[in-house]
Amino acid sequence: MSTKTQRMRTPLGRVRGHGAAGSGTTHFWHQRLTAVSNVVLTIGMIVVCISLLGRNHAYVVQILGSPLVAILVMLFIVSAVYHMRLGMQVIIEDYVHDDLPKIACLMATTFFCFAIAFASLFAILKLLSGV
Amino acid sequence: MVQLTLPKNSKMTEGKVWPKLSGSVETREFRVYRWNPDDGANPRIDTYHVDTADCGPMVLDALIWIKTKVDASLTFRRSCREGICGSCSMNIDGVNTLACTRGMDEVDGTVKIYPLPHLQVIKDLVPDLSNFYAQHASIEPFLKTTTPAPEKEWRQSHEDRTKLDGLYECILCACCSTSCPSYWWNDDRYLGPAALLQAERWIVDSRDEATGERLDNLEDPFRLYRCHTIMNCAKACPKGLNPAKAIADIKKALVERQV
Ligand code: SF4
Ligand code: SF4
Ligand code: FES
Repeated sequence: MSTKTQRMRTPLGRVRGHGAAGSGTTHFWHQRLTAVSNVVLTIGMIVVCISLLGRNHAYVVQILGSPLVAILVMLFIVSAVYHMRLGMQVIIEDYVHDDLPKIACLMATTFFCFAIAFASLFAILKLLSGV
Repeated sequence: MVQLTLPKNSKMTEGKVWPKLSGSVETREFRVYRWNPDDGANPRIDTYHVDTADCGPMVLDALIWIKTKVDASLTFRRSCREGICGSCSMNIDGVNTLACTRGMDEVDGTVKIYPLPHLQVIKDLVPDLSNFYAQHASIEPFLKTTTPAPEKEWRQSHEDRTKLDGLYECILCACCSTSCPSYWWNDDRYLGPAALLQAERWIVDSRDEATGERLDNLEDPFRLYRCHTIMNCAKACPKGLNPAKAIADIKKALVERQV
């Protein structure tokens, strides 16, 4: 509402703006979905971590490289990182209003989440394949 | 970015202390926000001593007493003085509420009064609600039908009628929207609890034929999904309504038609 032309629009014209984006529900729904899957997967992860406490490197590699545990950990990574990406988007949209910084922040979170997810998945796959 | 500090010309200053009226029996201290667009000065807090023996029990009674007996320049909105017009909404003792239904005895000590938060002030306790009203207009708060109107009324079962309870009673006082942090940060794009409660009132009306169109108009990351269920709105509403629940029901309807 900063520019002069914006101020001369009628309030209703400003509120209607460009109309509804027609999206947001998928984001909302996926955030709920991943919240539920995170609860289940986090419990699994805690169990895995406790079982690894105080064990040596070879044992940890063996457990994390076993198919069932590896699948659990990879699901956790995908679910948690996707949830984080969705949540960060909400925070950015809440607080960052200028177009340029907003787009930059959204890009940075997306890149960061992809990087984190792929690096973590790669590490597990490496253990799984034993190389 | 979100602005967390007041701009220089909005910084509050200490205002005038109006002397007690001679012959006052029991006085109560009032600290009231004052701002005049014409004098170029920063907003100030004026102090008044209201003779509670000489005026009614509500905060609005005290404001009217001040305006009549002490300071005729004090500006505020009021009309019905019984909680039905929604004009006298303001921030009293830190909460948004109606001055006419808030008793002075419900406030401890000094009564502090400010305009509704996070709106442009027109004068003293009168905020600019044009954006708020436009948001209400944008949800098209009227029955929309394509079927030719029946000879008598549009019929509705008792059961469907009860679905409007808790929604239709809204008096558009704006206490809820101006208590909502999401509305503070994004009032240009987020419709806010009051407009969304009214949107839900028409979405659940069994006589309305534009339900899908109404949902389409709300399916937007900003118009609707800025609500994070913080619940300030339900806490603030002087009519005891629950906009947060209405908003959750709209989201539910949107998920249902998609999943
Ligand atoms: S529940 Fe939603 S509308 Fe109500 S105060 Fe919270 S964010 Fe605002
Ligand atoms: S929902 Fe309650 S607080 Fe909000 S505008 Fe309506 S009456 Fe006022
Ligand atoms: S004067 Fe009408 S609601 Fe207070």
